[in-house]
Amino acid sequence: MSADCLRQEYVVSGNNFASAGSASEEVKSTLKKLGVSSADIRRVAIAMYEGEINMVIHAGGGVATVDIYLDRIEIVLADKGKGIENVELAMTPGWSTAPEDIRALGFGAGMGLPNMKKYTDKFEIESEVGVGTTVKMTIYFH
Amino acid sequence: MAKKIKIGCVLDEKALHTVTLDPEKCKGCVTCMKRCPTEAIRVRNGKASVAYERCIGCGECVRLCRHHAKLPSHDPWDTINDFKYKIALPPPSLYGQFNNLEDINVVLNGLLQIGFDEVFEVGEAAEYITDATREIMKEGLIKRPIISTACPAVVELIMMKYHDLAEQLLFTLAPVDAAAKLARERAVAKGIPEKDIGVYFISPCPAKVFALKMGLGVNKPYVDRVLSVSDVYMRLVPAMDKLTEIKPLAKMSSTGLNWGISRGEANSTEELKTIAADGIEQCVKILEALEDGGLQDIRFIELNACISGCVGGVMNVENAFVARSRLHYLTSKLRGEPNTMADIGKDKEYFLWEQNPTKKDVFKLDSNRLLAMNKLIEIENIMGTLPLADCGLCGAPSCRAFAEDVVNGVLPKGTKCPRLGEYENGGAK
Repeated sequence: MSADCLRQEYVVSGNNFASAGSASEEVKSTLKKLGVSSADIRRVAIAMYEGEINMVIHAGGGVATVDIYLDRIEIVLADKGKGIENVELAMTPGWSTAPEDIRALGFGAGMGLPNMKKYTDKFEIESEVGVGTTVKMTIYFH
Repeated sequence: MAKKIKIGCVLDEKALHTVTLDPEKCKGCVTCMKRCPTEAIRVRNGKASVAYERCIGCGECVRLCRHHAKLPSHDPWDTINDFKYKIALPPPSLYGQFNNLEDINVVLNGLLQIGFDEVFEVGEAAEYITDATREIMKEGLIKRPIISTACPAVVELIMMKYHDLAEQLLFTLAPVDAAAKLARERAVAKGIPEKDIGVYFISPCPAKVFALKMGLGVNKPYVDRVLSVSDVYMRLVPAMDKLTEIKPLAKMSSTGLNWGISRGEANSTEELKTIAADGIEQCVKILEALEDGGLQDIRFIELNACISGCVGGVMNVENAFVARSRLHYLTSKLRGEPNTMADIGKDKEYFLWEQNPTKKDVFKLDSNRLLAMNKLIEIENIMGTLPLADCGLCGAPSCRAFAEDVVNGVLPKGTKCPRLGEYENGGAK
């Protein structure tokens, strides 16, 4: 971490829906203190929240590392979950592997990854079956 | 007088004092400070002080103070003599304050006995707002879910912390402003000189006092004085007991009366997917979820800072749940069909905001982002030396707030955490 960057790390615990969104809440609070525009904060909020929920549902939790710079935010979501077999397919809006009980809770509509891509300026995903998934997102501030 | 303090760097010198402190009673405990939803309170020199530019008037500190040291601001009863022609605006929550009340006309007649010349029910005005809201919902011009603006503490919070949600606010007048506007207009039509007319709201909470004094969504305040329910109650109860004749003054239906309790407004929209959250902490959760892109299937959201809605306001005399139960009972005495805008020959435009409330940047560390960034990094560095016990002993609500105060110069540079000695190596981390 360089001197012009603020790093925050959040452990997202698995199967705990109640705690999902708490990392997003803290990051939003920090960005408001920095004076980032509300439109950009909303993009960050949606991308982070979707990422947190994904780690809760599919990966038994993970770690969110957030680097805040003057002009951008870089978010890395890393988990040691079961991985994604076909990343391209997973990026299709509406495609979901969430089990019925999760869908019954109102999650797993298949919009998580597509939304994360839609609201960020840079989006990278790497996944290996049996090893885990890492999502890297960058949002530039206007 | 409460001592005014400054925290953060964006200050509003004109900020009204929503709550004041009785320093004799304040023990300097951390209860109010810890629970303030915007971290506006600090304990300095053993007394609680408020940074008013951050205060949303929710009244949590008044409610929580066991020593009754926090006092909500409002106009004193004596101001009743400030005008020749006095119009009282009783809110729906007021009817929940009286034991064994069978007829809301008893309250309205009582108000005439204690010195008012006329009454205008805020509940009646609420029904015009309901009518306007239904039209707005049909038009579909604002982004959904639409967020109610009836609770001024919630509107203030959105203007401070949830700027992106401001476009979802229902841009109608608060029922009390609509009532004041109509009542004033009618008095003028009767030939009463404008300068003689005094419109008095009987407020259940400090947030409404603040909003009415500052004018929320209006060009200039429609209400002249804001009294507290408890002050009026003291005079009203004996007057109600002595009534010999009860004139039928009530115009409100059960729809308007239900605005006094949580869910009343949401149900009145006749939308099927609505949320009604009450209590400031739950309101915050809903706002956070909205900001994260959630709740998109919901059409209307009612948020009340007080538990149970306006009956939970800190300037009431009765317990919120008791008052709620009484309102529920009283709705059975009223007709179901609400008043409509057409009944009084008004259209929707009459009931809309005249101006949008101003967004406030009270949480921004600096208007220069580079300096704000430097401050953020410094705050993190200080946080690394703190025990993160959030004990409040330093006079700030959390270790993070303490670090922010040091960086903002609110506390002198190098101020030490008073509990640091209890932790090895300078920190428990």
